[in-house]
Amino acid sequence: MGKWTCLMVNEILKKFPKSKDYLLEILHELQNNDPKQYISAENIRAIAQHLNICQSQVYGVVGYYSMLSAKPRGKNLIRVCNSPVCKMIGSEHTINHLTKKLKVQLGGTTTDGKFTVEECECLGNCSQAPSLMVNSKLYGNLTSESLDDLLKEF
Amino acid sequence: MAKEVRIALRNSGVINPESIDEYINADGYQALRKSLRSSQSGIYDEIIESGLRGRGGAGFPTGTKEKTTALICADCEKYVVCNADEGEPGTFKDRVIMETDPHSLIEGMIIAGYSINATRGFIYIRGEYALSIERVQHAINKAREYKFLGTNILGSGFDFDIEIRRGAGSYLCGEELTLLESLEGKRGYPRIKPPYPAEKGLWGKPTLINNVETLANFPPIILNGAVWYKSIGTDKSPGTKIFTLSGDLCNPGYYETPTSITLGELIYDFGGGIRNGKRFKAALLGGAAGTFASDKFLDVQMGYDKLKEQGLTLGSGAIVVIDETRDLIETLESILKFFKHESCGKCIPCRIGTTQIYHDICCFNEMSVIDRDKTYKNILNQAEVMAKTSLCPLGQSPILPLKSLWQNFSDDLVSTSK
Ligand SMILES: Cc1cc2nc3c(=O)[nH]c(=O)nc-3n(C[C@H](O)[C@H](O)[C@H](O)COP(=O)(O)O)c2cc1C
Ligand code: SF4
Ligand code: FES
Repeated sequence: MGKWTCLMVNEILKKFPKSKDYLLEILHELQNNDPKQYISAENIRAIAQHLNICQSQVYGVVGYYSMLSAKPRGKNLIRVCNSPVCKMIGSEHTINHLTKKLKVQLGGTTTDGKFTVEECECLGNCSQAPSLMVNSKLYGNLTSESLDDLLKEF
Repeated sequence: MAKEVRIALRNSGVINPESIDEYINADGYQALRKSLRSSQSGIYDEIIESGLRGRGGAGFPTGTKEKTTALICADCEKYVVCNADEGEPGTFKDRVIMETDPHSLIEGMIIAGYSINATRGFIYIRGEYALSIERVQHAINKAREYKFLGTNILGSGFDFDIEIRRGAGSYLCGEELTLLESLEGKRGYPRIKPPYPAEKGLWGKPTLINNVETLANFPPIILNGAVWYKSIGTDKSPGTKIFTLSGDLCNPGYYETPTSITLGELIYDFGGGIRNGKRFKAALLGGAAGTFASDKFLDVQMGYDKLKEQGLTLGSGAIVVIDETRDLIETLESILKFFKHESCGKCIPCRIGTTQIYHDICCFNEMSVIDRDKTYKNILNQAEVMAKTSLCPLGQSPILPLKSLWQNFSDDLVSTSK
């Protein structure tokens, strides 16, 4: 277990009652604090212990929900909406532009570990389609220029 | 020219969403005071009388659900759950409420809690809505500080508190029973209905589940009365509705209007008409689990009842406008891809069916006219079987866009001149 996790994981777990209904909250919290935005095997073990449930249950939940990942990702997570409205207005262009510019495949991480590009379903920003999120921030009305600008922010 | 009437969004853009004092100055928490002086049945009777119907998509009479949950047992533990998992493509009304007027939701939820005698409330917000989560959490903290939440609320003897729980990117978790599974910390697999949440909900206890917009309507209805509310909108679905407009429009956005507004008024008076000088072709009403309307429906009023008479749906209030240059098969393809992606795979008709119909539609445009006709009818048959045999409403939904598209645009689908 890396140095950051050992301390922080325990700090984070301590904030939550030992009740299974906090599982998703815990997973979000740990994933957001991990520099690689994922839930490591060590963390899964720690959560299972904290909530007194089987590790397989935690894996099952991580595997089910699309926001959660058991695989390491980039420092910044780009989620491109590919639901019907964005698709119609031009999410394909967004995806092509980003994957080309960052030299990465959809779902993959850049070699410097800075960005992961994923597609996702409707982000509730359809009036400003095409939309995406970088970490917890929302961007809309994307064009080649605005995409280049927003990448510079990170 | 049609005008907005803002009830759920009465404070949106007017007050600072992070200031409880501004909310209070705008009559905030007055409805709660009034409710706490009234009997519990007084509240659900008022809501029944108002005719308010659930704004989450199904349009179920809200007061009736409250009454059932209130009367199911007297002293047992009960919960209120707010469905803020908003994931229907084209829909973003709940986000607007939570970001611009979170206290309105919280006040509505406390009133609902009091009317069914609940002890705890949960707001299940989709994980992607970071700003909504932040604003609602801030509002909960403030409401606790001002004693609108906690023990002995405003000296009434009523105890109630609210917690936020985050979703994690599953559309299906917006379905009420699946949401409860997720709240309990499990994978989002649907439960079999019945029992309904009013009988056996969260942790097996009676639970009232309502959408954000539904609850945000509680305070104004309690304050101004059912008669006032019923005087707005159509007879059978009174009040206002927040419509979220997107697609090929000059002014996409959200607009709250009486349900008596027509589709054409929404598109032209609010949406500013079709952009780039193009002509209107279709509107997808209610999102992916919705229906396609053609120009012959522009004069239909947007109440649940009026749309249903035409074989259309209001759903969550999403209106995706599509111009004449678009290929509707492409839109349909992305809808079917959405269902395929969001199917949980628990039951066979939906797991196999969503994949099958998506594959069939993918090669549709390369087919001869005769094959198109045959293929589409096959797909319709399959979706019909899915509607009859799937375990939960997700597998029962693809028939809606498929059938309405065939009914209203069959010429377009099988013509060669694309
Ligand atoms: C697949 C699916 C997704 C749903 N998503 C939502 C949602 O995001 N928000 C919501 O309020 N209702 C959603 N619903 C409807 C809920 O099951 C339920 O009817 C609603 O929360 C009840 O609240 P209301 O009566 O206030 O509308 C969904 C239903 C299905 C079948
Ligand atoms: S209908 Fe689809 S989403 Fe619903 S239980 Fe069956 S497989 Fe899962
Ligand atoms: S469809 Fe992309 S934000 Fe809604």
